[in-house]
Amino acid sequence: MIALSDYLVFGAVLFMISMAGIFLNRKNLVLILMCVELLLLAVNTNLVAFSHYLNDVQGQIFVFFILTVAAAEAAIGLAILVLVFRHRRQINVDDLDELKG
Amino acid sequence: MSFEQLVFYAFAAIAAFAGLMVITVRNPVKAALWLVLAFVSTAAVWILAEAEFLGLVLILVYVGAVLVLFLFVVMMLDINLAEMKEGFARYLPIGVLVSLVVFGLIYMVVGPEHFGLAQFKPVEHGPDYSNTKEIAVPLYTQHAYAFVLAAVLLLVGIVAAIALTLRRRPPSEALYQDIDAQVRVRAEDRLTMVKMPAEVEPDLPENKEEEEGAK
Repeated sequence: MIALSDYLVFGAVLFMISMAGIFLNRKNLVLILMCVELLLLAVNTNLVAFSHYLNDVQGQIFVFFILTVAAAEAAIGLAILVLVFRHRRQINVDDLDELKG
Repeated sequence: MSFEQLVFYAFAAIAAFAGLMVITVRNPVKAALWLVLAFVSTAAVWILAEAEFLGLVLILVYVGAVLVLFLFVVMMLDINLAEMKEGFARYLPIGVLVSLVVFGLIYMVVGPEHFGLAQFKPVEHGPDYSNTKEIAVPLYTQHAYAFVLAAVLLLVGIVAAIALTLRRRPPSEALYQDIDAQVRVRAEDRLTMVKMPAEVEPDLPENKEEEEGAK
């Protein structure tokens, strides 16, 4: 029988991998977006696992809405990425510093 | 170890390995393909947790649409791979260290001693249990308003993505067909009738002589 902690640890492993990915690939905008998708997947895994073990379907409905928002976010993020590439011919995050933040 | 556990650990290991490959491979196209594997094996883990509907939605919507969109964008861009991997070795120690520390902290909280089988037993459902129906009923009753809002959000996403990437080029640069102008055009715009006085051509004497000579 699979324990709830197995799912949670699996989610934590995925979360840590994608967080390390944002650390390591801090130049490539595409890879950062991919890592954000992976982070959301890890969080959703936790929600699904709790929904199963607490016998409450609200967690899965929450995952449904998170998937919707993540799809819209990916579409707009990629559109902005294409715009950045069209203006600068590259997507190096270090060079995107016009805002001087 | 039961068969269920074996399947779970196999898919979890595949997903974790694919995630590792996503962040370490040089080529962004290969990273996107590894991301597909990570999503598919995580969908299998969700199905093991009796979230069949969400597992299938993850494959259909995420792998089928979002990740294919990623692949398209990555293939369209001309990225300098060598430049992109700069700083990977420099940030490797700090990245690994931070991840391991945070993972240790999370494990202390969600590890088997707090969330093991002793504390949480999985709920057994009968063979006529339908996960899709269980999700659908509260989704369309209790959360109907949020459901409509999600639809509006997707519409806004479509409009934003198109508005951002739409490029209006000057007519000199592009070969656009102006259909309105083509339909609106009348015969008078294209063809002009001109009144001219009639002209009679004089006979050419040289031609006559040549013809006679040929006879």
